[in-house]
Amino acid sequence: MYQYNQNDQTLIEQRVAQFRRQTERFLKGDISADQFRALRLRNGVYIQTHAPMLRIAGPYGILSSRQLRKLAHIARKYDKGYCHFTTRQNIQFNWPKLEKIPDILEELASVQMHAIQTSGNCMRNTTSDHLAGVCIDELEDPRPYCEIIRQWTTLHPEFDYLPRKFKIAVSGALHDRAATQFHDIGLHLVKNDAGQIGFKVLAGGGLGRTPVIGQVIRPYLEKKHLLSYLEAVLRIYNLYGRRDNMYKARIKILLKESGLEKFTQSVEKEWLLIKDGRELSDERIAAMQTQFARPPYESDAGQDNSFALRQQENKAFATWVKHNTADHRVSGYRAAFLSLKAPDSPPGDMTDTQLDAVADLADQYSFGEIRSTHRQNLIFADVKQADLFPLWRQLDALKLATPNIGTVTDMICCPGLDFCSLANAGSIGVAKEINEALDDMDYIHDIGDVKINMSGCMNGCAHQSVGHIGILGVDKKGAEWYQLTLGGSSENEAAIGERLGPAVAKDQVTKAVTTILDVYVQQRLEDESFLDMVKRVGITPFKEQVYADN
Amino acid sequence: MQIIKDKQIIDDSWNYIIDDADLEPGDISVSLARWKKDKQQLLEREGKLGVRMGPADSVEDFAADLKDLQLIELDFPAFADGRIFSHAWLLRGRYNYQGEIRATGHYLPDQVFYLSRVGVNAFSPEKTEDLPVTLANLDDFSVKYQTSIN
Ligand code: SF4
Repeated sequence: MYQYNQNDQTLIEQRVAQFRRQTERFLKGDISADQFRALRLRNGVYIQTHAPMLRIAGPYGILSSRQLRKLAHIARKYDKGYCHFTTRQNIQFNWPKLEKIPDILEELASVQMHAIQTSGNCMRNTTSDHLAGVCIDELEDPRPYCEIIRQWTTLHPEFDYLPRKFKIAVSGALHDRAATQFHDIGLHLVKNDAGQIGFKVLAGGGLGRTPVIGQVIRPYLEKKHLLSYLEAVLRIYNLYGRRDNMYKARIKILLKESGLEKFTQSVEKEWLLIKDGRELSDERIAAMQTQFARPPYESDAGQDNSFALRQQENKAFATWVKHNTADHRVSGYRAAFLSLKAPDSPPGDMTDTQLDAVADLADQYSFGEIRSTHRQNLIFADVKQADLFPLWRQLDALKLATPNIGTVTDMICCPGLDFCSLANAGSIGVAKEINEALDDMDYIHDIGDVKINMSGCMNGCAHQSVGHIGILGVDKKGAEWYQLTLGGSSENEAAIGERLGPAVAKDQVTKAVTTILDVYVQQRLEDESFLDMVKRVGITPFKEQVYADN
Repeated sequence: MQIIKDKQIIDDSWNYIIDDADLEPGDISVSLARWKKDKQQLLEREGKLGVRMGPADSVEDFAADLKDLQLIELDFPAFADGRIFSHAWLLRGRYNYQGEIRATGHYLPDQVFYLSRVGVNAFSPEKTEDLPVTLANLDDFSVKYQTSIN
């Protein structure tokens, strides 16, 4: 993973010092609440229902064991002993005290971490494929470009006060695991007709209130022009994005209101004026690539026989391997998911004890590196197959081996009414209830790939609109109600879920979900996935059953 | 009234003339609208000239006039209006404007490091008490990741 140089380190330390001064000025009354809001948001500090919330950047999801131990320490010392992994590969603490946040940021800086631009109307953490560099369907590793973009976006002097937040995702694989079609800018490494690799550039995608699928604004961009092209898009957005209405301020609205052609023309016109003299050199790209060089894999890892044997002997282990590990491009290695969706814990949460233990396991089994995923789980990307059995046993003891990755209980879920001041409805409690109703692992595995995403309000932090089953908390005269959607997807065949019907009451959500699953089990064709069936039959059969009693 | 220019606290020699007021002698700035309307009259008087533009104005619109102007004031109606940052960049980066670019209005002392990086070299503070913190904040960072103006 990327290691900071002296400049990187100085920058984050100076940022901590700056925020410390700002916090002091605020506490002394020298800055108004409104002004301080803009400053604290750019340092990841929200004011929530109970306390400030601090969101820390996980750059494209990659963390070291040392960083994980620091998170454990912060959880113990400044919070209530746990942290939360988000859908954008960031980490949140829900209970820090405002006056302590500069100290927390200083602790983070000591392990090359920060909270810069994790909220506010600015360029956010760049996200990527959680299997980058190890998956078998990759054209090129996107991480070096992610780091180049991370640096470029960090403290960008011209684009820190944008009309609205701005998110960039990069993918280098055939299968889009980074939801690039739902970002303000999505970058896809692609090959052109001449066999060179560059970027396909998408813009204007986004979730939230008005989910929109991004459109291609440039089918092919030479790598060397990456930053000048981003600069052109950002300048056009900064100058012409709407600032009169926050709900119309994302780049997706600018693109829609100008039309794809006109928007693309303005970007290209701007880009032509700046592109020369700002090229990324081959040396810079190569130097960044060495930061993400392959770890020292063992060449004989594939010769091990124990892995196959253990799976034959132990059904539970075999089930875990089937659901919670992924193919690796190096023979004898697999990527192993750590499920943060144990039945009795809030999705995405981890305790300090788990964090410390996982750091030790990462050192022992996966070159000291941990990744977070868009579905709020963790991954050890480089585990030798012979190590999977002992790893599994230890993860099981830590309650991190629930074999439910990609299944219906691998829900993504925002903090909802329990923590978030914007929420209309609770989500953690509902997730728990659905989990309790779906306690039969064989049934869950039989259902297969069903992604449930649940958000506590229209802001859609848990991306409910692209859930195969989306659940959205709405407020009905002060009561918590839930709007269901079916058929969304954030992957290659991007789709926005369709509304099933009127919202249902809180005590009816679990029943609605189990009914939807029953309809699928009864009416699916052989080997037909849930999403495929929804596409084939539409929502009517589901709707009829869910609302049968009304 | 004191301002910061090129990292020094100095006395301000400029006067901004509101749109329907009579022109005054000395160094004056006027709104972009007035500049367009009274350009001839303004050019014929003695003293330096400046234009105050807001976020909704366009630099391209009066780029041809920049040679006649010694000051451009970038006026923040609200600190969050980030268009000002691109205007400053365009003035320096695209039109190679060499005169004074001054931030006025409701910006934050916490934004001056970024403003100086996109080419703003003078700061008229919202309150005189802000002068020391504004000056200090120009040195918030000693490192940077992007090419911009500075
Ligand atoms: S979706 Fe709404 S309730 Fe949930 S975390 Fe986001 S803002 Fe809060």
